[in-house]
Parts: sequence; C-alpha cells; structure tokens
Amino acid sequence: MKIAVCISHVPDTATKIKIGSDAKSIDPTDVTYILNPYDEFAIEEALKTKEKFGGEVVVISLGDDSNKESIRKALAMGADNGILLKDNGMRDSLSLSKALADEIKFQNADLVFMGKQSVDFDNSITGQLTAEILGYNCVSVVVKFDINENKIVAEREIEGGKEVIETSTPAIITCQKGLNEPRYASLKGIMAAKKKVIEEKNATSFDNKLEIVQMSKPLGKQAGKILGNDSTAVPELVRLLKEEAKVI
Amino acid sequence: MANKILVVLEQRYNVIKKISNEISKAGFELSQKLNCEVEAVINGGEISDLNKIGNYGIKKITLLKNSEFTKYSPSAFSKSLTEFINEINANIILFGNTSLGKDLAPRIAARLDAGIAVDVIKIETSENNIIATRPIYAGKALVDIKINSEKKVFTIRPNVFNPGEPTENNSEIIVKGISSPDFSTKVVEVKKAEGKLDVAEASIIVSGGRGMKEAANFKLVEDLAEVLGAAVGASRAVVDAGWRPHAEQVGQTGKTVSPNLYIALGISGAIQHLAGMRSSKCIVAINKDADAPIFQIADYGIAGDVFEVVPALIAELKSNKFKKMPSFRRWHL
Ligand SMILES: Cc1cc2nc3c(=O)[nH]c(=O)nc-3n(C[C@H](O)[C@H](O)[C@H](O)COP(=O)(O)OP(=O)(O)OC[C@H]3O[C@@H](n4cnc5c(N)ncnc54)[C@H](O)[C@@H]3O)c2cc1C
Repeated sequence: MKIAVCISHVPDTATKIKIGSDAKSIDPTDVTYILNPYDEFAIEEALKTKEKFGGEVVVISLGDDSNKESIRKALAMGADNGILLKDNGMRDSLSLSKALADEIKFQNADLVFMGKQSVDFDNSITGQLTAEILGYNCVSVVVKFDINENKIVAEREIEGGKEVIETSTPAIITCQKGLNEPRYASLKGIMAAKKKVIEEKNATSFDNKLEIVQMSKPLGKQAGKILGNDSTAVPELVRLLKEEAKVI
Repeated sequence: MANKILVVLEQRYNVIKKISNEISKAGFELSQKLNCEVEAVINGGEISDLNKIGNYGIKKITLLKNSEFTKYSPSAFSKSLTEFINEINANIILFGNTSLGKDLAPRIAARLDAGIAVDVIKIETSENNIIATRPIYAGKALVDIKINSEKKVFTIRPNVFNPGEPTENNSEIIVKGISSPDFSTKVVEVKKAEGKLDVAEASIIVSGGRGMKEAANFKLVEDLAEVLGAAVGASRAVVDAGWRPHAEQVGQTGKTVSPNLYIALGISGAIQHLAGMRSSKCIVAINKDADAPIFQIADYGIAGDVFEVVPALIAELKSNKFKKMPSFRRWHL
C-alpha cells in the first residue's frame, strides 16, 4: 500500500507572536519552527499501518527549504521517502490543498494521513479540501483507526461523544490527539534519515481566494480583580458573578 | 452577481441545535447589511421544531430529507447541499464551527471552488464585501479576511453571535426528498459519552488542573459543576496523568470553548490552555499562586487554596438562589 503523510512546519506553540511590519503576516525573527504537533499522530498512524500491511510511507510538505527539518524528523521516525514541494509564498488552504492533491495523485497514494489542523492558522480543513479535490473519501478528527483490505472503520470526535464512520480507500484521514502515541526517532533512525535524499519539486501554483486584510493582536484583556486569598472572598465572588457579570 | 445568503442549520437526532439559532441570526443580520436574500437549509429526517428558526429572522427553510439523515454522512450531506446551493444560486454560505460544520464546510468549499474562512468571531461589511475576523496562532493573533471568489464559505464559532430572544414568526418550510444519496462515507454508530455534558456545548465549564493534586479530588470539581449545571473540563497536565479523559481537555490539543462562564481551578494558564478558553465571556481563576498567568486573563480571581475555597464556593452557591438558572445545551439522543 502506498501511504502518504502531509506535514507542515509551523511556529512552536509556545512562541510569542509578533505582527510583522506589513500587518499581514507575523514577524519571523526569533520564532522557532517545529513539525506540526498533530502531524506526529499522522506519521505514527502511517508507520503503524505500514507495519501491519507492508508498503511505503512517503512524506510530503509544501514550503521553503526550512520545511526539510520537519521532513527529516518524519524520516527519522521511519518514513521511507520525503518530498518538498517548493513554494515561498503565502497560500490559502484551498490553493495548498490543490498542490497537495496533485502530488498525492502523482504518488498514486491510496491512503493519506494528515494532522487534524496546523497550529499556525488553526484551520482544520486541509484534509477535507484535499480529499474532495481528489474525489477521495475522508474522515476528519480521527481518534481511532482501523483498516482491513480497503474497508476503513474510524472514530471521530464530536460534541459529547464519538461517531463511528465507515468508508473505503482511497481516503484521507485527519488525526487528532488520542489516536496513538507518536514514537521517538531512534538514533539509528536519525542516522538513516541523514542519508535519505529529500526530493525537491516546484509546487504547482494556484490562485489564492482568501486575502488577508490585516493581522492584529487581540485586545489585551484587563487583568481582573483578585478578590482575596481565601474563602472569605467567596460571597463577593458569587455576588459579582450574579450582579456584575450576570453569568449565574 | 447579486448576493444570496444560505445558512446551513444543524440537528442531532432530528432536534435542532442551538448553533442553528446563532447562525440564523448572524445570517439574517448580514442579509440586512448587504440588502440581500437569506434562506436556510438542513439535512435531516422528520424535524418537528424546524419552523422555530423563523423566529431568528429566516423566512424560508428547506429540509433535504432522507430517513438516514438523522445521522451524519459526509458524502451524502456534501453532495446534496452542493446541489442545493447551485440550484438556488447562493453565494454566501454560513456554517457553525462545530464538529459537523468543520467537517462539512470545506467539502462544500472544494466542490464549489470557493474560498473558505473558518472559526469566524466577527463579520463586518465594507461596501458589498464581507470582512471576517478570526483568531489564529491559538488565539495569539487575529486576522481580518476577505474572500475574493464569487462563492464564499464561512464557519462561525459557537456562542459568539447572540441569537437574542425568539419572536413568534414562523417560516415557510419546503421539504425536498433526497432519494439516492451517496453513502460512501457514513456514520454507522454514535457513541455518547455517558451522562455527561460536553465542554464544547456547555455554557458554564468548571475545569481542574494539576493543582487538584490527584484524580480523586476531581470530586470537588464535579460537585461545583453539579451546582452550576456545568460541564467538567481539564488541563492537559491532568489528562496526560490519566486523571481525566481526553474528551474533557480544553486547549490547543483539546477543545476550543467559549462558554459564558469558565472557572479554572488549580490551572496555571499555560499559553496552550489559554488557546482553548480565552474567548470565554467571564473567567474565574482560583489558584494559590497569585502570579499564575491565568490571573492575567481572569475577570475575577481568588489567590487561594482550591481545597479551602471550592467547598466554600459550593456552600455559598447552594445557599443562594440563582437569579437566572444557566441554560445549558444538552445533547438530545
Ligand atoms: C504542543 C502542546 C500542546 C498543548 N496543549 C495543551 C492543551 O490543549 N491544554 C492544556 O491545558 N495544556 C496544553 N499543553 C500543556 C501546557 O503547556 C501546560 O503544561 C498545562 O496546561 C499545564 O496544566 P496545569 O495548569 O493543570 O498544570 P501546572 O502548570 O502544573 O499548574 C498547576 C497550577 O495549580 C496551582 N496549584 C497547585 N496547588 C494548588 C492548590 N492547592 N490550590 C490552588 N492552586 C494550586 C499552581 O499554583 C499552578 O499554577 C500543551 C503543551 C504543548 C507543548
């Protein structure tokens, strides 16, 4: 089975975000970039599926040279091949998905794993968009995954419970925390990854349909009142919740 | 092309969800600003309370009906909706940013080759254009977005648009049978988390963190939630420790919530936790460390020991009559 994993290279979640001088992007100085945390679940599930059924895991990432760092991490975890779709510009999710779809088609992958969202734009739509463009089936926000022949049974998280979904390959699965425990790269894996060649291609270009008008920082909430340091403050808290905030 | 707005409503087990009221009101207000038509659509079976949506301004609702539509089918819902959108020639399509909306909206956008803006918390118009605002980088920044394609898809964050009080104003309901749906992807079973109110649907949340010290002490969190009619939430630290299930986790790798009241007990307020709850309307923090970052975004705080303060809070609430009982959004099975 040919399994593809699409990964993104994103600012570390603990990074302080500063708005750039153009007011349309963030200031990249001092920002550390990492493999998108949700993509680790995607890589792990791809490796587990390969271990069960055999095949090949190919990692695809669209971006500039720095994305190679995250591709290397995936290779060190055990992926077989890495592809960098070179692109230096800003893309909206639809244009990104079209380029990913092109490569997935070229790779002839019948099973694709992605993180449920990238932690930069927090969109949570790339998997679904890509699947529709390809005419693949798709299950998003998956916390349990099972495949037998080409039949897929997956559980996705919903409000107050889970939906059990049945579908078949070709399919895209977007992965949520809880699906698995991503493995650490072994020393052997890290050494092997260094020797692997990351294939570079130009990403196919498509128009953006989204335009960023401006980025801003959320209005700093005024730190509220500390009403006291023990239970004597409780009656005042309850009064404020009732009379000032009117939430109870 | 003249604008036409379509609001995609949600039901679960044929009961209209509260998000439907919110997006109906948002769609209605937008239609007034753009001076254009607005209507609504829903996939479902027999839905009894559908005409109540009219109370939030929508006069025409189409039910895409199939007895199997009680449960979600990504393939069937997206196919029938896309056909409907093309048929009525809607160009502005609104979804709720819920588990269903988040799954469905991008599928529709791809089928329509439309730009999509998700998790919108504010919609404004400038001339005939829509400017949507949404949080990015886990809420550390906001972005204003314009969609330049002819068709535009938006998902709207729950609990941000206040639907206000309903008025008596019934709608015209049109039923369209969907006879041969594409069930290549479908829900075969729904597993409901036993007897619990989910954080994603609650209007009050009481969350516990590592400051609760051990799993057994969550009894105190549950007791406080009980008197308030609230859902129990948790920080990642306690989920990772195995004290609480992941379904309760609030934050970047958990759920994003925006309840009317969020009470954080023994939670430090790490940036990834704030990412999931910072848009809550009122935040209360109880933490013995007065310098904990949670106090930076809390409206009210008590810098004390949870084991001393929370029992007193429960007692005080029990002895007090609430002016208004919290309205919580139960999931009807
Ligand atoms: C990629 C990534 C994703 C993450 N996603 C999430 C996420 O989704 N959600 C999330 O919550 N975290 C997330 N985290 C983890 C986050 O960084 C913090 O580690 C976590 O939120 C800390 O949980 P806590 O506040 O319960 O624990 P701590 O940080 O240990 O805080 C415990 C607090 O309890 C207080 N306390 C102790 N005893 C008492 C007492 N008796 N009375 C009152 N107060 C007391 C302490 O003063 C302290 O402030 C993520 C981290 C990473 C790297």
